[in-house]
Amino acid sequence: MKTLLNVLHKDMLIEWAARSRTVALLSFAYTILLLFAFAIGPDAGALRLHAGAYMWLGLLLTSTLLLERSMRIEVEAGALSKLLLIPIDPAGLFYGKAIANTLQLLLVGAFSVPLIFVICDATLTENIGWLGLTLILGSAGLAAPGTLYAAMTARLSGSQLLLPLMLFPLVVPVIVAAVKATSLVMLGDPMDQIGAWLTLLACFNLIYWSLCGILFGRVIEA
Amino acid sequence: MARVDLEVAAHERLLIIGPNGCGKTTLLNVLSTLLRPSAGSVSYPGLAKNPRKDIGLMGHDIGIYEDLSAADNLRVFARMSDIDPAPIRALLATVGLEAGDQAVAKYSAGMRRRLALAALLQAQPALALLDEPFAQMDPGGIAGVSKAIKALPGAVIIASHQVQHAAPLATRAILMDCGQIRWTGRADQAEAAWRALHHERGEL
Amino acid sequence: MKNRWEIAIGILGFLMLAVAHYIGLFVSPAEAMMGDVGRILYAHVPTAWVGLLTYLVAFIAAIGALLSGKAAWDALVEASVEVGLLLNAVLLIQGSLWAKPTWGVFWTWDPRLTTTAIMVVAFGVVLALRRQIDDPQRRLTISSVATIVAFVNVPIVYMSVKWWRTLHQNFSSPETVDPMMVIPLRLAAFGMLFISTAFVVRRWRIAMAGLRVDFEAPDLPAAPTPLKVED
Repeated sequence: MKTLLNVLHKDMLIEWAARSRTVALLSFAYTILLLFAFAIGPDAGALRLHAGAYMWLGLLLTSTLLLERSMRIEVEAGALSKLLLIPIDPAGLFYGKAIANTLQLLLVGAFSVPLIFVICDATLTENIGWLGLTLILGSAGLAAPGTLYAAMTARLSGSQLLLPLMLFPLVVPVIVAAVKATSLVMLGDPMDQIGAWLTLLACFNLIYWSLCGILFGRVIEA
Repeated sequence: MARVDLEVAAHERLLIIGPNGCGKTTLLNVLSTLLRPSAGSVSYPGLAKNPRKDIGLMGHDIGIYEDLSAADNLRVFARMSDIDPAPIRALLATVGLEAGDQAVAKYSAGMRRRLALAALLQAQPALALLDEPFAQMDPGGIAGVSKAIKALPGAVIIASHQVQHAAPLATRAILMDCGQIRWTGRADQAEAAWRALHHERGEL
Repeated sequence: MKNRWEIAIGILGFLMLAVAHYIGLFVSPAEAMMGDVGRILYAHVPTAWVGLLTYLVAFIAAIGALLSGKAAWDALVEASVEVGLLLNAVLLIQGSLWAKPTWGVFWTWDPRLTTTAIMVVAFGVVLALRRQIDDPQRRLTISSVATIVAFVNVPIVYMSVKWWRTLHQNFSSPETVDPMMVIPLRLAAFGMLFISTAFVVRRWRIAMAGLRVDFEAPDLPAAPTPLKVED
């Protein structure tokens, strides 16, 4: 637990020190959302109908850059070897980094939402709390396997291609559930289905936050 | 790497020399426990049950966060290893660095190595492994690094090409060639051993 | 040719498959709703079963490899993922061929079909990773972890796609099976199982031949001659 907080603190410190990169990342997310609008629009109806899908695809594409970077800072100058010699508790390292990544994804999500509402003319039919919960569960669902996979590919030559290649098929359930839940919040949920999708997201998170925590130690030792 | 049979005493200063690709870096990585040998074993009778805590490594990748300042790097590692982070300014002064806000990414090769040595001084390892501490360094940097290495408390193993700079820091030296130890002797003879290897290969 | 029992099993499997398809194509009654098209069932269903079974073997082998660090388990991961992928690809082609006359399209977002398509990528990546990593222990660890995560993902993807579809509209085709159809199906399933076992074992031997060199420590060279250094 102490390791977790130390790692989280360290990652936040680095993100703050390199905040210009975070700004670039947010710009990337914005650009993707704008491009979706250009590719689909100017049919306002279609944009409004699929606003949730654009938001999550934008977040997914941004997440691969973010996750890759989060592990690159550990290996680019050998900091990971130093952590291993402390010796650091691998579970603490994983959960610290995964939570740091979740927070950054949430930041990207929080920036995307207003833009989605503006450019897609999206409406808010259900309680906005559901949208917040979807964002948290969805970001966490991308971050847990993403952190593990980033560690697996960090020292490989094709890491920028391999990471999305591994991550995308894995997070299909996250995208399906998060897009559905987001769309229901925006377009209305007459049949009370949001709960089911959020349950799916929660189950996914439960499985991968525990599984990846167990496997992470082996991966960083390798 | 093939056959290495080596014992290092506590507080000993050992120099490893040898041509490129002779196994110096591999040996250091094995000694650091980060690389598992495919055969044979390493034991650390003088160290704790989990020897990692007592081992410090400065490899080609020196083990820092590029985006943080020197002081922040030391602070982060101190926090993670439960060390008192108070004397950071003094530590940096020892290796001739200032505690500024500048990110390490902007440091020169010499400054980076001096920072890595400050981190080792902070961790006080019983066994410090240094891989090419003098690489890409100007004379001022070499003096600073030498001073910092002398200040390390435990046993120190240095792998280096710069025999003339590294030999004065060591007592004993070994010469490796093709993954094997070809010569063991006093550190002040290291340069002679180096010449003998070249002579044997017909390069001089 | 000692220890080559997998060839015998493979041939047996092919024979069983041939008999099963003869019965399935000429003896059994046509499927009630789909007619003769439904006879692809005898090829399709066994491929699906055995394909999943092969991935299960890969999953178990990956756990074994992680726990033991042994080359034999690592080779089994490589062998079973590769054969599983082959069956997976065949399954996708069969599925599309079946979908065209039945549903009028090559592709539908049926949960099983979609999950199958995703599995191809998820397990294909395992092989891509293996090609990327030279260090044998690292390759073992990374590819085992990828295999475990990919396998755990299969039921979750299936569930999510199923919900995704069924919360929209129902697209299930109830299958009532004639007992005369059960015999060729069972026969084909075991035939497929035998063939795949033969493939996996064969592939395992090939992988072992390569990995054994990687994992074993090389012979020590002769002790070096000490260097003569003048004082």
